[in-house]
Amino acid sequence: MVNFLLKRFLQAAFVLLAITLIVAFAIRLTGDPALMLTQGAGSVTEADLAQIREGLGLNKPFLVQYSDFLIGIFSLDFGRSFLGGTPVSQLIGTALPATLMLALAVMVVSIVVSIPLGIKAAVARGKWPDQLIRILSLLGLSFPNFWLALMLVLLFSITLQWLPPSGMDGFSSFLMPAVTMGIILTATNVRLVRTSMLETLQSQYIMVARAKGLSERSVLYKHALRNCAIPLITYFGLQFGGLLGGIVVIERVFNWPGLGTLAFDAVGARDYPVLQAVITVLSMMIVAVNLLVDIAYGLVDPRIRTE
Amino acid sequence: MTDVSPAPILTVEGLTVQFGAARVINELSFSVMPGRTLAIVGESGSGKSVTSQSIMRLAETTGATYPSGKINFHTEAGKTDLLTLTQKQMRDIRGNDIAMIFQEPMTSLNPVFTIGDQIAESLILHAGLSKAAAMQEGQKLLEMVRLPDAAEILKRYPHQLSGGMRQRVMIAMALACRPKILIADEPTTALDVTIQAQILTIIRDLQQELGMAVIFITHDMGVVAEIADDVVVMWKGRKVEEGPVREIFACPEHPYTQTLLSAVPKLGSMKGETSPKRFPVTVMDEGVPRIIGAEHTQDTARYDQSPLLSVRNLVTRFDIKKGFFGGVTHRVHAVENVSFDIYRGETLALVGESGSGKSTIGRTIQQLQSATSGNISFDGQSFTSMGRAERQRLRQEIQYIFQDPFASLDPRKTVGFSIAEPIHTHQLIAGNKQVQYRLHQLLERVGLTAEHASRYPHEFSGGQRQRICIARALASNPRLIIADEALSALDVSIQAQIINLFMELQEEHGLAYLFISHDMAVVEKMSHRVAVLYLGQVAELGTRQQVLETPTHPYTQRLLSAVPVADPTLVRDHRRLNGEIPSPVRRVGDEPAIVPHQEIAPGHFVAEAH
Repeated sequence: MVNFLLKRFLQAAFVLLAITLIVAFAIRLTGDPALMLTQGAGSVTEADLAQIREGLGLNKPFLVQYSDFLIGIFSLDFGRSFLGGTPVSQLIGTALPATLMLALAVMVVSIVVSIPLGIKAAVARGKWPDQLIRILSLLGLSFPNFWLALMLVLLFSITLQWLPPSGMDGFSSFLMPAVTMGIILTATNVRLVRTSMLETLQSQYIMVARAKGLSERSVLYKHALRNCAIPLITYFGLQFGGLLGGIVVIERVFNWPGLGTLAFDAVGARDYPVLQAVITVLSMMIVAVNLLVDIAYGLVDPRIRTE
Repeated sequence: MTDVSPAPILTVEGLTVQFGAARVINELSFSVMPGRTLAIVGESGSGKSVTSQSIMRLAETTGATYPSGKINFHTEAGKTDLLTLTQKQMRDIRGNDIAMIFQEPMTSLNPVFTIGDQIAESLILHAGLSKAAAMQEGQKLLEMVRLPDAAEILKRYPHQLSGGMRQRVMIAMALACRPKILIADEPTTALDVTIQAQILTIIRDLQQELGMAVIFITHDMGVVAEIADDVVVMWKGRKVEEGPVREIFACPEHPYTQTLLSAVPKLGSMKGETSPKRFPVTVMDEGVPRIIGAEHTQDTARYDQSPLLSVRNLVTRFDIKKGFFGGVTHRVHAVENVSFDIYRGETLALVGESGSGKSTIGRTIQQLQSATSGNISFDGQSFTSMGRAERQRLRQEIQYIFQDPFASLDPRKTVGFSIAEPIHTHQLIAGNKQVQYRLHQLLERVGLTAEHASRYPHEFSGGQRQRICIARALASNPRLIIADEALSALDVSIQAQIINLFMELQEEHGLAYLFISHDMAVVEKMSHRVAVLYLGQVAELGTRQQVLETPTHPYTQRLLSAVPVADPTLVRDHRRLNGEIPSPVRRVGDEPAIVPHQEIAPGHFVAEAH
C-alpha cells in the first residue's frame, strides 16, 4: 500500500508538471496582453507596448517565465494580476473557497440522496419504486444544466422572488446553483448505485449474510454497501473533476464569485498569471481527489490494502 | 418409519415452490432425523438447491412463492410451520437453529470484512455475546474445524485464505450458534478432492460431536455414498425415491435412480483392464430407461508409430507482483520441466489439483500461452522451427475444448456459424453448399440435428452445448484435441454419453486426446495413459493400469485415496489426508528443485519423493 501510494504521488507530480507547462505555453499563443490592456486607449506606440510588456515580464524568454511561475507555486506566489496588480494568490484565496463549497455541497447532497434511492431501486428491482426512481433519474438527466439554471431563476427569483438570482450571500444563494448541478449528478449516481448494488446483491456472501439471520438493513447497509462502494468511489472521483469543469458555466449563470468566474474574466483579458494559477489550482484539486480515491480504495477494500 | 425411531426434527410435507408460473418443486415430502445425514441428490434442475433455500425461506429473495405445503420444524415446544412465519421471525431461526453452508467458498465470505468479524456477527446477533467474547468463541470455532493458527486467521481477510480454508471458516460460521440442523449445499463441489475429503471428514465428525441433523445437497453419488445415512433422490422437482443409503445403492427402484447410478463412473471399476472401454449408457427417454451403445474396447492407440506430439522439458512461468520500479519479484512456476508424448489414437490424461499446471500445459500446446523454455514438437516438427503459416496450420490440427461450453460459444452467433467458422478460417472446404453439407454432417455426428444450426447457444442444454463445441472442434479435421475439464460442468448422465462420443470419434478419426481432468473416475474410463501432476511437475506417468492400480508416488496415492467412491459399503478413512497444496508462487531466484524420475516398470515413471 505504501509502495502504491508513493507511486501515485510521483505520478501526480508528473501530471501537475505537464499541466502547468501546457497551460503556460498554450496561453501565450492566444494573444498579446499589452494590446488588450491598451484597447481603446487612443494612440499607442510600439514603444509603449514594449514598455508594458517589460513591466509585465513578458519580454523574458518563455522558459524563464515558466520557471518563475513554477518556483512561485511553492511559495504560493502566483505573481500579480495584469489587471489592477492584485496578487493572484489573494484572488484565488477568495475564489477557491466559494467554488469548493459549492462543489462539495453538490457532491455531498448528490451522494447522500443517490445512495438510498439507488439501493431502494435495486432492492425493488422491476417493481414500482424502481420504475419511478428510474423515470425520475432519466428526467433529471435530460435537462441541460444551463437551461435548468435559467428556468430556476425565472421561477424562484423573478416570479416568486424567493431566492436571490445571483451572487454568494448566505445559505439561500447556494440553493439554485447546487440544485442545478446536483440534479444531473444525482440522476447519474442513482443509476450507478442501482447497477452496482444489483451486481453486489447477486453475490453469494449476501445470501450467506441473510442465512445468518441478519436484518435486511444489516445485509444492505453493512454487507452490500461497502462492496458496492468499491466501483462507485472511482466514479465519484472522476465526477469531481467533471464537476469542477461544469462549475465554470454555472458560476457564470449565477455570477458566483468562484474560480470559474475568475478564469472566465482572465481569459477575456489575457491575464496570464490569473489563468495559469486558476488552472493549476483546479488541476491540483483534481489530482488530489484522485489520490484520495486511491487511499479510499485501500480503506474500503482489504484486497488492495494488503497487497 | 417405525414407532421405535426418534421423532424427526424437520418434516417437509407436500411442498410446492413456484417462480412466477413455473413450478420448480412439486409435492415434495421428506423428514430429517436428528443426528443423521440426509442427502438430497439430483442433477441440475432437479430443484435440490431451491429445496434447501426454501427451508431457510431464502428462496423468496429470488422470487419464489409457496402455493402449498408445510415445512414443520420440531422443537421441545412443539412444531412450527416455517412457511407461516414472517421474515422477521425467520431471522431468529436462521443461523441460530438452522444454519447453511454454500457451494462457492471463494465467494461465500464477504471480501471486505475480517474472518473474525464475520464469525462474531452471528454470535453477537443470536447469542448476545459481546464483541470480545464473540471473538474468543470464534477462535474456538476455528480450532474446532481444525484450522491452524486460529487466532491469526481471525484477523485475516477472505482473500488471504485458500478455498479449503474458506470452506472451513464457513463451517465454523454456520456452527457458531450450535444449530440443530445444518444445511450443506454442494459444500465440496468447488474443492479439490484431497481438500474435499478433509471437509467431509470435518462435517461428519462435528455432526457426531454436536448431534446435529445434516441436510446434504449434492449431485455427486460418490459423496453421497460417503456421507449420507438417508437419501432423497430428486428429479425435475419431484422426489422419485427415498431410503437408507445402502438400500438406494444396492437396489434402486425408480428408473431414474437406476440410470443415475449406472452413469456414475466408479473409480476402481476397471481393475484388470488394459485398455479403456466404452460402456452402454442408460438414458431416460420420456420417463423410460433405454440402453444405448455396447461394450467396446478402445484399442485405438498407435504405439507402433512415432508420437504425434512430444513435449520435452517444458517450463512455463508467469511474472506477477512487480516491485516499485516495475521489476518482477514473484513468479508463478506453473509448469516445471514436464516431458511426455502423445501417440495417434491415444488419450493421455493430465490429472492434478488446482495449481498443478495441467491447464497451462494444454494452453501452451495450443499456443494460447508461450513457453518459458523447453520444446514441443508436433508430428516430428519442433514449434520453434516453424514459421508463422505453419504455426497457424497447427491451430487447425490441434483443437481445444473448454470446461464451460456456454462461455466458449458466442451468444450472438448461431451455432451453425460457430461450427462453420473454422472451416472458413482455414479454408478447408470451398462453396457454400459443401460447407452446409459438412455442417449438417457434423451436427448429426455429435447427436444433434441439421435444424439446430440456425439456433443460438442459449436455446440448448449444457450437454448439447458441449456437443456443439465438439462439433466445432471436429470441423477443422484436427489430429489432436485438448479437452480441458470438458466434462466437469456436465451432469453424470450427460457426462457418460459425452465420454462415449469422445471415444467413438477417437476410433473413427484416429484422434489423439490430451484429456485434462481432476476427476479420477472419468480418467480411468477414458484414458490409455495417465500423467499425475503436482506443483507443475510430473509426479507419476504410466499406463492407466500402472498409475491407478499400482500408484507409487505418495501424492498419487493420496489423490486416489481421497476420491469418493459411489459405494456406501466401502469403509474409508481420510484421516491421514492433511494440509493444503503448497502455492506455485515463488520469489524470483528461489527456483523449485527439479525432481528426477525413475522408471520402475517399462513406461512407468515415478518422481522421487520430496
